[in-house]
Amino acid sequence: MTQPTRIRAASKDGITEVRILMAHPMETGLRKDSSGQLVPSHYITDLTVQHAGRVVLSAQLSASIAANPYVAFKFKGGAKGDRLTVAWIDSHGAKRSDEADIG
Amino acid sequence: MDRQRRNLLRTAGGLGMLAMLAAAGVITPGLARAAADRRPFEAKTLEDALVALGAVEPEDSASIVIAAPEVAENGALVPVGVTSGLAGTEQIAVLVDRNRVPVAANFTLPEGTLAEVQTRIKMAEKSNVYALVRADGKFYVARREVRVTVGGCG
Repeated sequence: MTQPTRIRAASKDGITEVRILMAHPMETGLRKDSSGQLVPSHYITDLTVQHAGRVVLSAQLSASIAANPYVAFKFKGGAKGDRLTVAWIDSHGAKRSDEADIG
Repeated sequence: MDRQRRNLLRTAGGLGMLAMLAAAGVITPGLARAAADRRPFEAKTLEDALVALGAVEPEDSASIVIAAPEVAENGALVPVGVTSGLAGTEQIAVLVDRNRVPVAANFTLPEGTLAEVQTRIKMAEKSNVYALVRADGKFYVARREVRVTVGGCG
């Protein structure tokens, strides 16, 4: 079961700033647990952010991104109340999509 | 050898799953296509990663600014920001020279998205952090050394 993505977006002077915090362990496959067993790799591979049905950011990620990945960016346009959709897929095929309104 | 084989099997399995999801209409073909080319992430060295990204000899650029701490106390969480002043910036990739997987992130910036991204990376040890930028179809690069007090990959 995956946890919701936290999305903060604010529009000012025609520019929308988006901050995203995804809940994910981002395991590298190199870490050992307390019993000395290697923890299998497990990380988000793809991120897509859409505004009003248009992709405003897409990214490929690796396990070299820190746990609970944080991504921030800005795009032109976007108004208070517009809907943003943030979707990710991980290396196990799990996927998640969350929505937030621009504040 | 064994690791390679496992990686190959996992990659094949992952692509199969994506194809299935795409066929079922669960994910858009665009997302499946973006996910398909994972070669840059299979590279184990910076040079191989650059080749896989299509950037064989990127030109050094002072118009790319990397914001990162000089010394990161915790290698598991290193904030990195990249800003490109190059006109027509359409892609920004963040690479860490000494990490097992050098490519941390590869951002595609559609028209209208500013050439400015921030994220947090892991760093195994002191290394150069590279920002690779594609602008008007040409590749540019900038680097910044970050020292790490406690490594964050193992």
